[in-house]
Amino acid sequence: MLKDATAIVGIGQTAFAKHLPESEKALACRAILAALDDAGIDPSEVDGFASYTMEETDEVEVAKAIGAGDVTFFSKVGYGGGGSCATVGHLAAAVATGQASVGVAWRSRKRGSGPRPWKNTAAQLPTPGQWTRPFGLLRPADEIGMLARRYMHEYGATRDHLFNVALACRNRANQNPAAIMYERPLTREMYMTSRWISEPLCLFDNCLETDGALACVIVSAERARDCRQKPVYVHSAAQGLPAQHHGMVNYWNDDPLSGPAWTAARHLWKQADFGPQDVDVAQIYDAFTPLVPLSLEGYGFCGRGEGAAFTEGGALEIGGRLPLNTGGGGLSEAYVHGFNLINEGVKQLRGSSTAQVPDAATCLVTAGEGVPTSAILLRA
Amino acid sequence: MPMLTPVTDEDGAPFWEYAARGELRVQACAAPDCGELRFPPRPCCPHCHSFDSEWRLMSGRGRIWSYVLPHPPLLPDYAAQPGYNAVLVELADAPRIRLAGNVVTAPDAPLNSLDPGRLRIGAAVRVAFTEVDGVTVPRWLLERG
Repeated sequence: MLKDATAIVGIGQTAFAKHLPESEKALACRAILAALDDAGIDPSEVDGFASYTMEETDEVEVAKAIGAGDVTFFSKVGYGGGGSCATVGHLAAAVATGQASVGVAWRSRKRGSGPRPWKNTAAQLPTPGQWTRPFGLLRPADEIGMLARRYMHEYGATRDHLFNVALACRNRANQNPAAIMYERPLTREMYMTSRWISEPLCLFDNCLETDGALACVIVSAERARDCRQKPVYVHSAAQGLPAQHHGMVNYWNDDPLSGPAWTAARHLWKQADFGPQDVDVAQIYDAFTPLVPLSLEGYGFCGRGEGAAFTEGGALEIGGRLPLNTGGGGLSEAYVHGFNLINEGVKQLRGSSTAQVPDAATCLVTAGEGVPTSAILLRA
Repeated sequence: MPMLTPVTDEDGAPFWEYAARGELRVQACAAPDCGELRFPPRPCCPHCHSFDSEWRLMSGRGRIWSYVLPHPPLLPDYAAQPGYNAVLVELADAPRIRLAGNVVTAPDAPLNSLDPGRLRIGAAVRVAFTEVDGVTVPRWLLERG
């Protein structure tokens, strides 16, 4: 059984900025060493690695640089932002089954100063590009904008609902000195008058572009009790690739508005001792604001078509029904392909978040909705 | 930097070959008691697992399922056509198959030739074809042009 068999015992991160001078590899090493130091585990004890794709840093290089020992488990999950939580899931499975004893998951990315993947016209992203890109459906914002407009049309969702998501993330970032948007409040007027990126999505519906790296360390529950920090247990983990799914451009199945989150959620809750109503705080992947209402539905916090309405009345703020993205998320803390959501989940259950939910004991962390995805449930 | 042309693969190539003849065709299972349409094209039928397939002629009619209006930052040739739309058209013959494309005022008109205010989810459209850098691609025209 995976349930509570392993725990995250160390987290580390670099600074977040539009531009950091060091290489992705150097940033990865800094974040990993910081996470191991946080755990009180020597790098030579690391024998498992998990990462995910798109501008990846090679585990061979990382292992060599940090002075890892003999590595007996390493995995790399595909589909970009859908892979974040799967790294924890893979390491939890590896540690629980004895394939490794100290696992490190990490993400290092220079999307602030590096190139935008969609600008590469030669190497296309692993989507059926021939069916979309010639028509100027070029960027993830366009692909998700298409779902967003249909969602608004079918369920009466409005830009105010998307603003609720952007605002909750920004408000939490305003409490987090490490966040890119720490000192930059967002108002409704700023949101409503900002430029379009892909109408119906405006600037503030899109995540940041950030340089930075994060890492976490996973060991068995038994060993976790001897570590420096309070263990945060991996209660449940799941990946999701739904039947007849087509990636970010999921336009060719029966129901493009219910994506991989639904698949991951069914498996996640099946393994868990608690349900959506027992989640104290959530870290929901927010490359684009519409992913949040879709994910709220997918992970069972509300019914189909109710995700937008769920955001009303401050529901996503501290003290609301479901405080969300409490470090500021990809929209306002940093966009490091969702890994900052994992570390923020750990901080909440340690009681050390800059926007602490009182007595938080359970946290859902999700990866990107729309692409083949993953999610984890953490508990204190 | 030119407009992007389709980077085809073995499964998708027939779609573009038929488009060059002015035909909108979708891959279908050729097993006698199956015949399911499938898109994007793939080697075998997810329903009956037959590897026999054919390319079935569509009526070329459909409805707008959703649309976006992309704004910069964009690739230069797309940025040069501000106000262009990208749409998904659900085919009248197979509503689950939603083709990405552009609604324009005439087959060879620029991507931004249509006033975006005329776009509506549910609007009826019909296919037309135009050539971009030597490759024929579908375009869509409003039925109530």
